[in-house]
Parts: sequence; C-alpha cells; structure tokens
Amino acid sequence: MNFETTIGLEVHIEMKTKSKAFSPAPVKYGVEQNTNTNVVDWGFPGVLPTVNKGALEYGMRAALALNCEITKDIHFDRKNYFYPDNPKAYQITQSETPIGRNGWLEIEVDGKKKKIGIEEMHVEEDAGKNTHSPDGYSYVDLNRQGTPLIEIVSKPDITSADEAYAYLVRLRQIIQFTGISDVKMEEGSMRADVNVSVRPIGSDKFGTKTEMKNLNSFEHVRKGAHYEAKRQQRVLLSGGKIQQETRRFDEPTGETILMRVKEGASDYRYFPEPDIPPIHISDDWIEEVRASIPEMPDKRREKYVSSWGIPEYDAGVLTQTKEMSDFFEATVAEGADAKLAANWLMGEVNAYMNANKLELLETKLTPENLAGMIKLIEDGTISSKIAKKVFQEIISNGSEPKAWVEAKGLVQLSDPAVLEPLIETVLNNNEKSIEDFKNGKGRAIGFLVGQIMKETHGKANPKIVNKLLMDSLKKR
Amino acid sequence: MNYFKHDFASLHELLVNKELSVTDLTQQTFDNIEKRDQKIGAFLNLNKEAALEQAAQLDQEGVAADNLLSGIPLGIKDNIVTKNLKTTAASKILENFDPIYDATVVEKLNALQTITVGKTNMDEFAMGGSTESSAFKLTKNAWDQTKVPGGSSGGSAAAVASGEVIAALGSDTGGSIRQPAAYNGIVGVKPTYGRVSRYGLIAFASSLDQIGPLTRTVRDNAILLNAISGLDPRDSTSSSHAIPDFTAKLDGNIKGMKIAVPKEYMGEGVASEVREGIKNAIAVFEKLGATVDEVSLPHSKYGVPVYYIIASSEASSNLQRFDGIRYGHRAADVKNLEDVYVKSRSEGFGDEVKRRIMLGTFSLSAGTYDAFFKKAAQVRTLICRDFANVFNDYDLVLGPTSPTTAFGIGEDINDPVTMYMNDILTIPVNLAGLPGMSLPAGFANGLPIGMQLIANRFDEETMYRAGYAFEQATDFHKEVPTFGGQD
Amino acid sequence: MAISASEVEHVAGLAKLAFTDEELQKFTGQMDEIIGMVQQLSEVDTDGIPVTTHVTDATGVMREDVAVSGTPREELMRNVPQHQDGYIKVPAIIDESEEA
Repeated sequence: MNFETTIGLEVHIEMKTKSKAFSPAPVKYGVEQNTNTNVVDWGFPGVLPTVNKGALEYGMRAALALNCEITKDIHFDRKNYFYPDNPKAYQITQSETPIGRNGWLEIEVDGKKKKIGIEEMHVEEDAGKNTHSPDGYSYVDLNRQGTPLIEIVSKPDITSADEAYAYLVRLRQIIQFTGISDVKMEEGSMRADVNVSVRPIGSDKFGTKTEMKNLNSFEHVRKGAHYEAKRQQRVLLSGGKIQQETRRFDEPTGETILMRVKEGASDYRYFPEPDIPPIHISDDWIEEVRASIPEMPDKRREKYVSSWGIPEYDAGVLTQTKEMSDFFEATVAEGADAKLAANWLMGEVNAYMNANKLELLETKLTPENLAGMIKLIEDGTISSKIAKKVFQEIISNGSEPKAWVEAKGLVQLSDPAVLEPLIETVLNNNEKSIEDFKNGKGRAIGFLVGQIMKETHGKANPKIVNKLLMDSLKKR
Repeated sequence: MNYFKHDFASLHELLVNKELSVTDLTQQTFDNIEKRDQKIGAFLNLNKEAALEQAAQLDQEGVAADNLLSGIPLGIKDNIVTKNLKTTAASKILENFDPIYDATVVEKLNALQTITVGKTNMDEFAMGGSTESSAFKLTKNAWDQTKVPGGSSGGSAAAVASGEVIAALGSDTGGSIRQPAAYNGIVGVKPTYGRVSRYGLIAFASSLDQIGPLTRTVRDNAILLNAISGLDPRDSTSSSHAIPDFTAKLDGNIKGMKIAVPKEYMGEGVASEVREGIKNAIAVFEKLGATVDEVSLPHSKYGVPVYYIIASSEASSNLQRFDGIRYGHRAADVKNLEDVYVKSRSEGFGDEVKRRIMLGTFSLSAGTYDAFFKKAAQVRTLICRDFANVFNDYDLVLGPTSPTTAFGIGEDINDPVTMYMNDILTIPVNLAGLPGMSLPAGFANGLPIGMQLIANRFDEETMYRAGYAFEQATDFHKEVPTFGGQD
Repeated sequence: MAISASEVEHVAGLAKLAFTDEELQKFTGQMDEIIGMVQQLSEVDTDGIPVTTHVTDATGVMREDVAVSGTPREELMRNVPQHQDGYIKVPAIIDESEEA
C-alpha cells in the first residue's frame, strides 16, 4: 500500500511592537524577571485590557502579505485554561473572527512551485514563562506575558517534510520582510506546532493526526515530520492504528516520542471577550496598512533582475533576508554600481559574516561605506588589491573608506606625470628586458610592471602603468 | 453627625463656613458607624487612620468653596479596589488582599477630596441579592434587623439608610444597587453601561457590571454620579458620550413626560402591596402632568435565565484568576500545582460563587455553548429590542424595583432559583445596558417599597428629573428608620 | 435535560473546584434546578437573531503603541504567597500541561 502524507503547521510569531498586546507595559527581551510587567499583565482583580492598535496593524500587515482576506468586523475571544504562566487563566485571542482568512504563499521544492493555502491568521497574546526546577517548584516570570503574537494556520496542502520546511522558510522570509518581527526561531520569536497524518493514496479522508508542539528549529520540523510520517506508515502497515496523541521530537535520535494521548478535544470554553468592544476595519484602514508594508521579496527580486541587471540566482540570495536586501538597496541608493554591490555582499561580506559568526547588522559595515569603497574602485582611486584591505577596515572598524585610504596613503598612482619618470628609471635599469621585449618575449612586460609596482609599493594603477610602459617601449 | 438632616450641600456649607471641621465630620462619621454598625453590620473594614489623616490635611488646606464633595466621608463597596486599603469582595479568597492601585472611580473621588471611611459588606463577588453570601458577616436591613438589606450592595445601602454615612458607592450587575436601595428606602442608581469606568471594579460579569451611587436624595445621587462618570482610557467599554450635569434639570417640572409601565412589571409575581405602592406612585406622576401608559416588554420574562447564563459564564472566566498563585488565598498543604488550584479555590470560594462558576463553566462548554451561552446572547438581543421599541415612544419606563419588600434573613439563601427570581425586574436593565434608578415610593408593614425608573441609554437626566419631581411631591424620603436615627 | 453527578464533576474539573460527595449531591440537585429554569429559553424563536455580547456604545477602541514602564516588582510581589529572586514560586505540575 502507498501512502500520502498531510502536514499542518500552526506557527506562532512574536511581533516586535513597543508595548504589549493588551497592556501598555513594554515588550523587551533579556531583562530581569518580572520587571516589564504591570497590574494588567498580572491579571490583578479589577484590571481591564486595552487593545494595542500597533499590534492589530502588524497583524493586518502579515495577513495582507500572506494574501489573506481581512475580516472586516472583528472581536476578541477568551480561551480559558489554567496555567501559572497564564495569569488571568484565559488568553485573549481571536477564535470566531481571525484577522485574516484564506491566504496563501508559494514554495519551491525541487524546482517545482506550489501554492500552500493559509486557513486563517489571528492576533493574540503570548503567555509568560514557567521554569521548572528540580526542587519541585516552578518559577514564573511574566515579562513575556501579553507580548503580541500572530498565529498562522496552514491548510492541509503540505504533503512532505521538505514542503513543510520550505513553507517555514518562505513564511519566515515573508514575515521578516513585513518588518513586524525578527522571526528568530532560536530566540523563540517563531515557534511551530506540527500535525502529521498519513492516508492510503486515493483515500478521501484524512488519517488520524499526531501533534508535535513548540518546535523551534526548521530542521527539527523537517526531521520530525519525516520520521513521524514513516512511523505512522509502519504502524498502519503492521495492522496498527494511529491514535490522536502529542509527541515530542527527540533531537539526539531524530525520532518522535509519545508524550500523551489526547482524550477528546480540550474544552477551552471560548467566548467573546466582554472587556473589548468589537472593532470595524474599514477599507481605508486596510489600504493605509497595505501602503505601509515594505516591498516583498518577490517584487524586489524581479526589480533586481529586470532593472538592475542582477542574475536570477544572485537576486534570490540577496532577497533571502530583509537585512541583506535592505542593505543592498541602500548601498545602491548611495550610488554604488548594483552588480558590484551584489558581488561584494554575496562574496566578501558573506564570508566575513560566516567567519566571524555575525549578522549583517552586527558588523561595522554601513551601506554608505560599502558604496564609498565601490566608488573608489570604480574611479580608480584604489586598486582591487588595496580594496581588500579597505574592506577589512570598513567592516571591522567602520572607518570611512575615502578618508582612511587617504590617511594611509593607499591612493592608487594614476598620474602619468608621476609615473613616467619612474618608468623611465626602471627601463634604464633593465636594458635586458627591453631587448627581450623587442625580441618578442611577452613576459618581459610582466617583469617590468612588477618592477614598477615594487617601486610604488603596489599603489600604481596597473592599467595606466601598462599603457605608459607600452608607449615608452615603442619609443625606445 | 445626623446624616438624616443633611445632604451634600448643607454639609458643604458647614465645612466651608468652618462651622464644622472635616476632622470632626470624619470622626463623627466613625462614631456613627461605631454605634450603629453593631446592629447593622454594613462595614467590613474601616479606614480610620488614613481617613483622619486626610481630614486633618484638608482642614489645613481648607475646603474648596466650588467643590461640593470636598471633605465628605463616603463608604465604598468592597469590590472596588482601593490602594493600600484591604479589598476582599467579601470573599475568603481575597481575605488579605492589599491592593496596589486605585480603581478609576476611587481616583476620581480622591481628586475631589472625598474621604473613604471604609469598605462595605456585600454578597461574595457581588453574587447574590441579600448580602448573606458574604464570607465575613451578615448585614441587617436598616428598617428591620430581621430582614436582609438586599444585595449585593447591601452594606452600602444599609450604611446610608442607617445614617452611618451620607452616601456610598455600590455596583450593579443584575440589580445590586437598585434592589438594596429599594429594601432600605434610599436612592440607588445604576448608570448606563459605559457611563462609569469599571477599571478597578473586581469583575463579576463584565458586560453587565456598572458602579453607581447610593444616597438618601435624588440630588445627592446626581451629584455623586457627576463625580464618577466619564471615559476612561483604561476601560475600553467606557463611553465617550457627552456627560451632562445630572443636577441641571432637577426643577420638579415633568409636564408632558411620557412614562411607560410594562404590564409584565405589574403582574402576578409582584406582591400586592408593592403593586399598590407603585400604582399610587403612578398617580403622583399623572398629577405632576406626566402621561402614563401600559406597554409590553414581551421578552422580559426571559431576563432571569438569560442573565444567569451570561453573568455566570462571564464570571466563571473572570474568577479563574483567583488561583492562589499571585495573590489571595493559597491552600496550605499543597503537593502540586493541581492542589494549589483546586484546594485554594475550593476553600476560598463560597457556595453561591461556586454555583455560578459551575453554571457558567457548563454554559460555555463545547457541547452546551450553542444551547446556553449563544441562545442567551440571542434572547438578550430581543430584550434590548423590546426596550428600544418602548423608548421610541416613551421617555421613561416605570415599575417596581423588586417584586417584594425585604425578605427575612435566611429565608431564600438555600433556594437559588427563588433567590434569582427576586432580580426579575432589575435584570433586563443590565442586559440592555440602560440606566435605572430605585427610589422610595412608600412603605408596607414598615418596610420600604422601591420604585424603579428606567431611562433610555445615556438619558440619566430624564431619570433624575422624574425621580426628583416625584421625591419633591412625596414625603417617603423623609422617613427615617426608628433604629438609631435619633441623635 | 437533566445533569448527572458525573457531568457536574467534569465541569468542576474544568473550573478547578472539588466537592465532597455530599456537596456534589447538593450541587447536582441545584444545578439541575437552575438548568431547568434556564431551559425555558428553548421556547424562544431566535432564528436569525444576532447575539448581543457588548452593550457599550464604544467600538473600535484602541490605544496607540506606546510603552509605559511596568509596575515596580516589589509592589507586584506584595501579595504573592510565595516568591523567590523576583520569580513567582509555585509547586510544580506533575502532569506536563499542553500549554507549556
């Protein structure tokens, strides 16, 4: 029997607003426990939520970027459950009226493009953090409580672990370009719940699904989904049944491990949040938000190829992250040649980031300085050899390239008035080479150029030197 | 201080003319409470030290001539959060709760320099109509100490009716200001939903709760509502609707006012002496030049079940935060998290609260949501429409506040359904978010009869105007309980 | 519709309440009575009638995304039954919750 796999992904993304979704306390990471919370986050008796317009607009941005229909009349709902990191014992979310519905994004696996549907997308609040200690206690930090989240639920269109991986990569890319989140899996600002089921090919009913919660690595999603699909097939082929259960991806073994069997659906007792009146989203507002969305990667890629003459592959690399793409565009805007800028970013800059394990914005490089250096190369002020030195300087120390080149005396010698006497001296000292040249030995030129470069400590402009040298030789 | 002989204006005059210091007034208020509260049991917790300190400060600064409320001692219902003053909502689960912030209404009153003398008793989490579900004490009716003061704002109503204070704040979710006001022969107003900020009111049912004043006169009530009304950015359900001066139209003139009396409010379920009292009141209104017609609110009879589903559902969710983790009672001898939850909550909540949590949890459950919560929310729409239809043609709806006068202590406490039916006339007002007032309209067997005036949304002005005209035309508000009021 | 003691127990579980057998009997009886009262609603035709969940005239109430510093931790901790090093301390769960 042959099986097909169906994977559903529910992805939570933390949005980088200034304040929390339903309280004005700051959204900040890496601060001391319980120092960025207020009475609302703590669910004190009598407190009430207030909706952060910015969080809702960020949610709308994501919905629009994912081609969703915006729900015009929304309200919030309460999802009720007890947990120490959930102070009100309900989460404010959108169950009946998610901000976005029926969206899609496009993935490419093995050269084949495929649209993956998005069932719905809603805005909600994150919980605090509960740390279990071996002393038999849990320690609760509510700093994260109330951080705005979007949850994005895929349609059952994903049919392989590779597609699931591609979906997540694509989703992260799109969300990153909207500017609403840093979408860093390792920092927990993007987390995925993965549902996997298999069914015999041709069956019109989905199989029973199992769930893996809160995965924070794309690779784990791929491996976990792959393992889980295979495991389910094995169970079915051996005559077994899949039960609805929560499983955990075990990194060392690459297997999924049973955590608990689900007995019926959880009863979260959703109902409309009475403390927040309904909100109408007007067409004008939607258009306003649409206009605020930065250009998406596909559009940028197209622009790079058709208007800026960048090869297709390079354009893809440059639009993988918003950081890179923004940097590239800013460098071009500073007057650098697009192709040269692309080559530097994909070559030296990338190499530097990898070698030093730094993000682009963590280096000292600025678009102004990169563009400045490229212009110095283009106008012949520095040689490409010197440029490597200049690059190291501007990316590690942030120096302004022109000033630094001048201060270090690295400006290329291009002035014939300076170079000609030098050439004459070198020729006078190397009669043998002139003879060789006249006898048709081409490599004599190389030797002579080398001598001139030596005299100028590598600063002579090789092009000019070549031309002047040929002129002088012809005269001899 | 004999509060039976005063109102805000006359006290203010004494204070401004320095015939009475704020300190003396405050001290005398505590004296009143000390003498009477042994019988009445209106207060849970007094704020003596801080209040006298504040009074002394005010005496130094002098009472502002343009601020009627400056230096006036008030009682605050114990579900309204007061910073540094223990707030329990009459529940064991909050027995030692020490709030770290003030409710918006308390901030507003503080800014007007009123003096909070203490926190008044109530039904636990405002769930009840007799104040008997308080975890801490019984409160007695000012007119007959074998009777309940009504509830849930029973402490506030009894404190005002017995002359312990001149006014108090209460909260009203299904009648919790109006019914105790009726039982105690005073004036109680539930404002339009959204008129007064709920920030800092320990939530019972978020879509129904409103804070409002309990006073001995209509004018004082309007003055106190002026003080606490207004949009609050911390309460998204509070309204930006313009706030008129609620005292502006208290001129006794209601000629041509169109009043509707729903036949459902004068039916079999209403005690004959109450019906009689209301009929007499109707005659007064007619004499004053109002026209009074019978109308129908056909869905009002469903108010009680709709209310019990919606209020309990919201309450079940609102009260989940009392989990023994961040504040409030945590059970001793807990082995794990489940113990913390279950033991703390089971020990901390009383029976009535548990009943409502249970009903609410049940109503919101996956299998029952549509037949219970959703159905109730739909019938609520029909109740709202009934009122909207009447207000197309009328200025005011009139009826009794409660089907009976105050009942005996212990009579209904173990029969929830009978107890719930006491709210049948007040509940529809909360469901529709309308303003409602109860004011004295007579006596039966020595117990006050309350008349309810219901106005259209944000039309408290008309309600106060009519109430004032009635009050001026009658002497019921001048009656004082024989208990302790003779000093 | 009658409610059984086991249903009442299930609801109590959701609400994190525990009852003794005696209480459970009492509550089941009372719940049953209340549910009976509530069921008169089934006689109302609500076909096509929208729900009313809010009665305020306020709609679309939102706040600008401006951060205001939080409440000082010492104040927040004032009512906490058990805390340590700025954390709220609670006995650990035995059963790992799904919402971890």
